[in-house]
Amino acid sequence: MYRQVIQIKIAVCMKQVPGTMEIKIDPETNTLIREGIENIINPFDSYAIEEAVRIKERLADEEVEVIAITMGPPQSADILRESISVGADSAILLSDRAFAGADTWATSTTIAKAINKLEDCRLIILGKQTVDGDTGQVGPELAQRLNIPFIGYVSSILEINRSKMKIKRLMEDRYETFEINLPAAISVVKDINIPRVPSLRGKMKAKTIEIPVWDAKKLEADENEVGLAGSYTRVVKIFTPQIKHDTRMIEGTADEQVEELHKILKELNLVSGS
Amino acid sequence: MEIKVDEKTCTGCGLCKKVCLYDAIEIVNGKAAINENCVFCGACIEACKFKSIEITGLAEEKKDFSDYKGVCIYLEANGNVIADVGFELVSEGRKLADKLGVELSAVVIGNGIKESAVEAFQYGLDRLHILDSPVFSNNIDDIFAKALVQMIHKYKPDIFLAGATWFGRTLIPKVAAILKTGLTADCTGLAIDEEKKILLQTRPTFGGNILATIVTRNARPQMATVRPHVMEKKMVTEAPGNSVDKVDCYKGRIEYIKIDESKFKSKYKLLGIDKELDEKINITDYDVIVSGGRGIGGSEKFPMLKELADLLGGVVGASRAAVDSGWISYPHQVGQTGKTVNPKIYIACGISGAIQHLAGMQTSDIIIAINKDPGAPIFKVANYGIVGDIFEVVPMLIKRLKNGESLV
Ligand SMILES: Cc1cc2nc3c(=O)[nH]c(=O)nc-3n(C[C@H](O)[C@H](O)[C@H](O)COP(=O)(O)OP(=O)(O)OC[C@H]3O[C@@H](n4cnc5c(N)ncnc54)[C@H](O)[C@@H]3O)c2cc1C
Ligand SMILES: Nc1ncnc2c1ncn2[C@@H]1O[C@H](COP(=O)(O)O)[C@@H](O)[C@H]1O
Repeated sequence: MYRQVIQIKIAVCMKQVPGTMEIKIDPETNTLIREGIENIINPFDSYAIEEAVRIKERLADEEVEVIAITMGPPQSADILRESISVGADSAILLSDRAFAGADTWATSTTIAKAINKLEDCRLIILGKQTVDGDTGQVGPELAQRLNIPFIGYVSSILEINRSKMKIKRLMEDRYETFEINLPAAISVVKDINIPRVPSLRGKMKAKTIEIPVWDAKKLEADENEVGLAGSYTRVVKIFTPQIKHDTRMIEGTADEQVEELHKILKELNLVSGS
Repeated sequence: MEIKVDEKTCTGCGLCKKVCLYDAIEIVNGKAAINENCVFCGACIEACKFKSIEITGLAEEKKDFSDYKGVCIYLEANGNVIADVGFELVSEGRKLADKLGVELSAVVIGNGIKESAVEAFQYGLDRLHILDSPVFSNNIDDIFAKALVQMIHKYKPDIFLAGATWFGRTLIPKVAAILKTGLTADCTGLAIDEEKKILLQTRPTFGGNILATIVTRNARPQMATVRPHVMEKKMVTEAPGNSVDKVDCYKGRIEYIKIDESKFKSKYKLLGIDKELDEKINITDYDVIVSGGRGIGGSEKFPMLKELADLLGGVVGASRAAVDSGWISYPHQVGQTGKTVNPKIYIACGISGAIQHLAGMQTSDIIIAINKDPGAPIFKVANYGIVGDIFEVVPMLIKRLKNGESLV
């Protein structure tokens, strides 16, 4: 029997970031010590890739292709291999010296060009935010550049097919349920899933798969619209915040400690009466 | 565009290598060499004592922005309540506008929000733009973005500020992308460069480990989202008495922006809002947060923290360890993968103070830590520390607060 195969392409945007776990501050110069920090997949992007793979499994009757994309230096290919090991079908590395120093606007410009090249991406999944840049702006800016809807903080995809999806987004104090037409872009929060560990087969595939590198020329990007040159914002100063060192330990028996704490809360106007 | 090390002045001291978070600097033959990992963040330029590092070849176009004037604040409304961060920004915007000698305006979008929005005048506002229509009953990104873009095109503010609420952080990037201008996320400090008359936007990155000051070049307005609770809300005029019609008394200073409702059809279909997560869930809204970590040991112990929080007029927060153990729901999580909070008082109970947790709370005004391990890193950021058992200390404190009898 003839069965029409429906193709659904899902792009997942991910970024390699320094694992902040080990960031230390040099107490003498009050500057950051970078040494020994591992690069990792931006934590939220692991949820993004996992969700894409879950959609692929959910829609097993259709042909779903999950493509991991990152813009970064050559070594970012590591995280793309990692995404292959947990189920992505293919990956693309956007890398060029000209892309360096991009702010969120220039980043979304570059990624938008890549996504347009992929043709007919139905869904783009991003992480809620990166742990280095920490802006969460790439998603909505990218969606705007592609002229598609964006929904942030998605905590569950209730229904999805090629043309539509029903999702729940988590706001500070409520859940909102939306239906949107595809193509669309979403960003995901930690609550959406628990990322799997790589399978043996995945690991094998990750080792051997070829990852194409797209540069500015391939993307037909003007040097002035990408990287630092294409950014509207510019970092003019970078410094480390004053770290508190003046902790006052409240000593004594538990009774005395609590009494002292009560006094402090009173001084802070949190307690009335005696 | 290039980043260059001046070989004549570079001493190879390695200070730049130390501060580089991207592994982009090596010392080769006694000189710093920058490799392809560089993202042009500028940390090395700042760290170099010999001014040996420089970014060159950046075309600095000089554009004329003289038709952009004034500071404008987006007052985010939820239902008919204006989020506090809006008023905080009006107070902050007043200072910026005064430095520049320009007008301070605000824009509000919603349905039936006039009465609450006019309160912004008490914080020093000059002019209020109101877009009031049933099509704005719910906060939906695309039509709100369209409304803001329309307003900004018409009034051309030089600076546009909004709260870094979750809605703000998805809405405003959309607006910035349509306007084709820069946007600085989640700022904690704003100032005016008096010489260049531009906005200096300071924000934490790397989970608060570094602060970066950012400017917007070559485009206007200069846009930023600002973290709630960071700027101080300060009344400058008295509220009008109840007898006068609040809206009327600000008459000449309010402008209603008429919209063609048929053009404001959202592509998003909102099917429902589920508010009953639990009552006090927007922990970013509160001045006091009592947070519990793995040390709490189980979901049955969280009511104890809730009782303390209630007595102090606050809410309950949690570490990721507590959330992942299923003791409390994710919206309560503080930290890098949870919420960033800035309360006046943060009480950490049985939380070790891992860097990812600190990232979400270290800017709290006062931090009080209760932990039985004197070596717990939380004590490094705490203002007050108690080495003790939470199951002893917290119930005693609750009792003390309730019956007001001194313990000693
Ligand atoms: C990518 C990534 C993102 C992360 N994001 C976050 C995040 O957003 N938020 C977050 O919180 N964590 C986050 N984490 C996890 C973080 O690294 C820590 O594992 C976590 O914060 C630890 O939580 P905790 O302090 O409650 O638990 P623990 O580290 O186990 O500390 C428990 C503390 O309780 C004390 N204690 C135990 N019993 C008692 C008692 N009876 N009385 C007093 N004290 C007691 C102990 O001495 C100990 O210090 C993240 C980790 C990663 C890798
Ligand atoms: N350089 C990049 N390459 C690919 N995706 C990115 C990049 N930077 C950010 N993203 C995506 O955008 C999300 C938000 O990033 P940010 O705006 O930097 O907080 C991340 O979780 C990623 O999904």
